[in-house]
Amino acid sequence: MSRILVTEERCKGCLLCTTVCPVSIIRQSERINQQGYKVAEVGAEDMDKCTGCTSCATICPDMAIQVWRSKKTKKAA
Amino acid sequence: MPKAKSAPKAAPATKAAAAKPVMAKTVAPKVAAGEELVFTRPASLADRATHYCPGCHHGIAHRMVAELLDEMDLAGRTVAASSIGCSVFLYNYIQVDTVESPHGRAPAVATGIKRARPDTFVFSYQGDGDLASIGMAEIMHAANRGERLTVVFVNNTVYGMTGGQMAPTTLIGQKTTTCPGGRCKDREGSPIRMAEIIAQLGGTAFCARGSLDSVKNIRQAKKYMRQAFEAQTRGLGFGFVELLSGCPTNWRLSPVAANKRITEEMIPYFPLGVYKELEGDATCGSLVSTGAMAGGAAGESK
Repeated sequence: MSRILVTEERCKGCLLCTTVCPVSIIRQSERINQQGYKVAEVGAEDMDKCTGCTSCATICPDMAIQVWRSKKTKKAA
Repeated sequence: MPKAKSAPKAAPATKAAAAKPVMAKTVAPKVAAGEELVFTRPASLADRATHYCPGCHHGIAHRMVAELLDEMDLAGRTVAASSIGCSVFLYNYIQVDTVESPHGRAPAVATGIKRARPDTFVFSYQGDGDLASIGMAEIMHAANRGERLTVVFVNNTVYGMTGGQMAPTTLIGQKTTTCPGGRCKDREGSPIRMAEIIAQLGGTAFCARGSLDSVKNIRQAKKYMRQAFEAQTRGLGFGFVELLSGCPTNWRLSPVAANKRITEEMIPYFPLGVYKELEGDATCGSLVSTGAMAGGAAGESK
């Protein structure tokens, strides 16, 4: 399954990622990190909608997002 | 097996101590079979938080440079000339040897590095207060001589580090701390379009303007940067890329609104695209002679 991982200690809460997500699953959380920013998150219920397009990670200025994408069907390891 | 594969990949990329508990909080750590890591930190980019403000595009530009250094396998022989401005701490973030240049003089410093060590890959990373104002002479002559350099020019229309003073690229009507009524064309002149100027100079092999305001433009900008890097690695001449970027703090805007401003106000005045592109080695010969270097053999690029 495609998914993203937000490294919360690096997130500065600029929310640029929320503007580029094609399925609009990234939102601002209520959690505040050590630097005092409200970090971006994807709700657990929304994560399966992630397409692995890497748009959020591409526009993130702080390398706070990593993206995993599901492999296309016939990979067979 | 895929499970085992993605786990060690993820581990070194995240900051071990801080991110671990956070990771568990954000995402249920489900490492499903058959997934691959498609976006992570390039090896040349240091794993540390940057000092930039939220929404500052320097982080994106740094990442693109680091990705290209990795993809083109240049990191081991790269020397950077960093500038004065917010990007002054470039050496903290991009893991290559860096010479810190006096304000505006990065192209001159880079020229010295490249002539002394023609086998190195040399790039400078400059802002608009640095390159287009105090460093105008250096950039013009470096481009005109056709030095085998690559210049990454980050244009955010203000002096960011010193508190948002007017820069040569500040748009007409834009308010800054030194033109609180807005830049006036009669008084301060028009914003300088650097990419157009550099494209006119004889030694320039590649000149383009990209933007960092949207995913599409970022991907296009990276292609431009790759071509500017190749202009040097192929020995064609001077490579120049202007990147329109945002400064939410000094524009007094939120990061999202700052990106919108780039799209709506900056791109119409600073059109995106390639302004000059030399092809092939035929031009290379003539360029080598016009940009003839004192050191004879030393001028021979790899």
